[in-house]
Amino acid sequence: MTADPVVSVRDLRVYYGTLRGTVRAVDRVSLEIGAGQVLGLVGESGCGKSTLGRGILGLLPEGAVSDGEVLYAGQNLVNMSPRELRRLRGPELGLIFQEPMTRLNPLMRIEEHFSETLKQHEPSLDDREIRRRSLETLGRMGIPPTRFRQYPHEFSGGMRQRIMIALALLLRPKLLIADEPTTSLDVIVEAQILSILADLRQSFGTALLLITHNLGIVAEACDRVAVMYAGQIVEEGTAREVFSEPAHPYTRELLRSTISLDTKELHSIPGAPPSLIEPPRGCRFHPRCPDAMQVCAVNPPVEQELDRDRRVLCWLHGPAEEVPEDGWSPLERQELAVAEEA
Amino acid sequence: MAVPVPSSVEPAQRTRLPGLRRALAPIADARGTTRTMLWLGVGITLAFILIALFAPVIAPYDFDTFQANGERFDQLEAPSTDHLMGTNVQSTDVLSRIIWGTQTELKVVLVSLFFSISIGVPLGLFAGYFGGKLDRALVLVMDALFVFPFLLLAIVIAFLLADKVGQGILSAAIAITVVYIPLYFRVVRNHTISIREEPFVEAARALGARPLTIIRKYVFFNVVQNVPPLATLNAADAILTLAALGFLGYGIQPTDGAEWGYDVNRAVSDAASGIWWTGLFPGLAIVLLVVGLTLLGEGLSETINPVLRKRPKAEADLSGSVAEAETP
Amino acid sequence: MTAVNSAKDDVLVSVRGLKTYYSLRGSFGQRLVGREAGHVKAVDDVSFDLYRGEVLGLVGESGSGKTTLGRTLLGLVPATEGSVSFEGADITRMSERELRVLRRSMQIVFQDPHASLNPAMTIEQSVGHPLTIHRIARGRELRQRVAEALETVGLAPAEQFLEKYPSDLSGGQKQRAVIARAIILNPLLLVADEPVSMLDMSVRAKILELMLYLKHEFGFTYLYITHDLATAKFFCDRIAILYLGRIVEMGPSAAIYEDPKHPYTKALLKAIPEPDPLRSVPRDLPRGEVPDAARPPLGCSFHPRCSAAFEVCGWESRDLRDLLEIRWARMAAAEYEAERATIGDIAALDQPATSFRVAAGNGRPGSEVLALLETIRGEMPDEPFWKGVRALTAADGYAEVELFPPVVPRLLPLGRAHVECHLYDAEALREADARQAARL
Repeated sequence: MTADPVVSVRDLRVYYGTLRGTVRAVDRVSLEIGAGQVLGLVGESGCGKSTLGRGILGLLPEGAVSDGEVLYAGQNLVNMSPRELRRLRGPELGLIFQEPMTRLNPLMRIEEHFSETLKQHEPSLDDREIRRRSLETLGRMGIPPTRFRQYPHEFSGGMRQRIMIALALLLRPKLLIADEPTTSLDVIVEAQILSILADLRQSFGTALLLITHNLGIVAEACDRVAVMYAGQIVEEGTAREVFSEPAHPYTRELLRSTISLDTKELHSIPGAPPSLIEPPRGCRFHPRCPDAMQVCAVNPPVEQELDRDRRVLCWLHGPAEEVPEDGWSPLERQELAVAEEA
Repeated sequence: MAVPVPSSVEPAQRTRLPGLRRALAPIADARGTTRTMLWLGVGITLAFILIALFAPVIAPYDFDTFQANGERFDQLEAPSTDHLMGTNVQSTDVLSRIIWGTQTELKVVLVSLFFSISIGVPLGLFAGYFGGKLDRALVLVMDALFVFPFLLLAIVIAFLLADKVGQGILSAAIAITVVYIPLYFRVVRNHTISIREEPFVEAARALGARPLTIIRKYVFFNVVQNVPPLATLNAADAILTLAALGFLGYGIQPTDGAEWGYDVNRAVSDAASGIWWTGLFPGLAIVLLVVGLTLLGEGLSETINPVLRKRPKAEADLSGSVAEAETP
Repeated sequence: MTAVNSAKDDVLVSVRGLKTYYSLRGSFGQRLVGREAGHVKAVDDVSFDLYRGEVLGLVGESGSGKTTLGRTLLGLVPATEGSVSFEGADITRMSERELRVLRRSMQIVFQDPHASLNPAMTIEQSVGHPLTIHRIARGRELRQRVAEALETVGLAPAEQFLEKYPSDLSGGQKQRAVIARAIILNPLLLVADEPVSMLDMSVRAKILELMLYLKHEFGFTYLYITHDLATAKFFCDRIAILYLGRIVEMGPSAAIYEDPKHPYTKALLKAIPEPDPLRSVPRDLPRGEVPDAARPPLGCSFHPRCSAAFEVCGWESRDLRDLLEIRWARMAAAEYEAERATIGDIAALDQPATSFRVAAGNGRPGSEVLALLETIRGEMPDEPFWKGVRALTAADGYAEVELFPPVVPRLLPLGRAHVECHLYDAEALREADARQAARL
């Protein structure tokens, strides 16, 4: 799809065990991100998007297994040893978390955070160069040099997130994964941080995977969007196309449920996201889908390429040959008991 | 959205003691080393409890029997068929003393545990919830008690009580009680302070609940889960303290009952003469019971404390992913 | 300072001059500023009326004081000054005992559904607890009423939920249970503190629908506290925008959304992400973040971030420091070092003052500092700070900066709304003109 992608994920699966069974957090996901591109990965809680983000970097939860391919610079990250992965993380692969305090040591000055990171990965740099690089990156994030020697707690939430981003970008990684980077921030600060992230492509040429549950952020800041549901990508394409003409019913319903200033009516999706241990048979969304057909309850849908740039996982878009005779008729569903309601 | 008519309200079937079941659920789920520890601990402790309960039945002799059929037992007789663990310098049967000793140990520990908990926990709850001067005063007192080495404190108290209550089970129990109150106080108080800030406690205030109600229903149940592991570890420690008291001569008097520490004390001089059974067996009994209680305590700690609880490594099965399509 | 309301005339809650200050424990090295010895003015002189049957939105970001205000209204947090009259009775003067009785009439729904329910109580016990506390019902009757409440909020069939524990329910279900608990006593006032912000998008609408239904069916009066203007637009009749403990704009929803006056309101509206692919991230938003409530800016609290600020807004030394920091953040290291050497210690700028000195670097003359400041002014003439400068002079070893004194903004009626902003205050505008003329 994309010419020479920075990272190419194929058929990735991340499963982990619990007492109640195997959780299929990521179940055969494929996607690509090109250099300087921003891909928004959007989904609700429990859809597996965080696991996917971390799974790409090899940061798996305890007791998890993974399978498939994550091709980066010609290597498959899934099979790499933890040691090799560690070497890549930082200089090549970066991650930004939701809560900026998690990576900042409260007992270390900002200066020390930066010099430690640089010394670890580029030991040849002298102190002056370290300082220059650090201040430059921080400056781009709007952090003044006069605050270089302060401690993390002396900064506000938004500034800490900027520092985190600066730290992640310090080593000029090719791929940056931001997991809900603005969820805990106020709306004006959120917009500030988003403009920083959106500008990364110009200033650094970084490929960015932006994981969020907020459709508005994706529409404004991302080139492409992938919609995730129950461990699978149900739709992917350019932001413009997906938002103006959603192909998958879930995307459509999610857009309708999003409350913005223009909302005239309240919409919600009946039911609740399914368990990742025993997802529904056939299409995972069918119990809640207003357009569900007979085939949807029985056969899992096949991924379809709608355009050069667009794909969707839904029987509404075929392939027609694989749908049996009576598969097209609408599905009769019982009234969902509120017990399954969220 | 019309208001639905309320359906019948009799619940189908109430599960017995649902609260208890939920509380014990993590124990059933324990795996691996935690499970081994738990069950081993339970086994050993239970064994000792049974020994204590059935002492009159299983002990071959009384704890101070030194003769039978008018004939005095041999002193310091090596283990034989009559005396499976030999006799000590006073011609009493070592095995019987160990069995009766179990009763003594458990009696003292249970009494002191009961008092420690019933004083320490409520004080912790009130100090933690209300804060202020009461809290500061109590913390001061408890910290002062904490500073004292356990054993020293126990000895001092036993010594002081010797005049009033006389040495015996009660004074030993009281000495141990006082030593352990600060432990429960501190743990309960700290947990109460963190629970106090939780939204559901604030919600209870917003509902108009009185502080006592809040403490009872909202704080207590969430805090009490700390007590069992603490109690078992406390019991283990208490055994050692009691034994030490006995060893030093401040514990149970030989006329009141058998006590392992006292026996070990007596056995010290025997060791020089190569007589091992008088010291080894009581010593082993102490070690075994303490180990059993400790295992139980650590096991409970790990199951109940979610932070320590390791996620069970259930196998993740990669094979059964996308289900095979079936023809409708 | 009563907010004008079109139709309703029955006041349920009346707030006058409310102040809730938290005192700070003196931390080491914290310099006490002037008269206020270390307070956080969470709520700083707020007055409004809440009419029966209406939904009033309290909108603000973190640090705005909206949460504290909500809790002060319910008596969960003691007020430092002012009054809150609930049906005529001033609750700020009541004892905890008296308040407890009143709690039957006012309830709160919290933000985090996962933490609002006691994990050790079943749903029946939790939802029925208000009935138990106030000795209204027990046993069979209690169960009946709990079931009714559960079904009203959509948790049906009720008996399926009675025996469950909070950990067995989803986020949306928990929030419904919390609402059930709040309404079971038929309160007059419901304070909803960010009731949907921790729920997924597809679930938010359900809870909002539920709250709307309850309002229409039972006539509850709501105080809806949120940072999200989008949901507030849907739900609220009137909106009050809060910034650092003060109301900066307040009026009917329509007025706020169609014709926002205060720069902060405008910024909030612009910043809301829209799922419209043709829109990109707004760039012209106010810079900076909500300041530390313990040491708020002088004059109008919003002035450091406001692009429309002018002579009277409350300029101070910290604004110059911010300006320098922004400038230096953009410079290359070498340039920065050179400029930095011109100026000496800038820590003095952290103390808010309208008349202050900027020390020169080691041995440098004050005229260099002055020259630098003039250069900066020349490079960014549109920067509002310069409007606040009355005089810049050089002295021996430092430059003297004299700023116009701050004018505290007033909440004044404007059209259908009330706004606290000098831009709309004729008196302030006159004063600004005078100052402009007087600038040296």
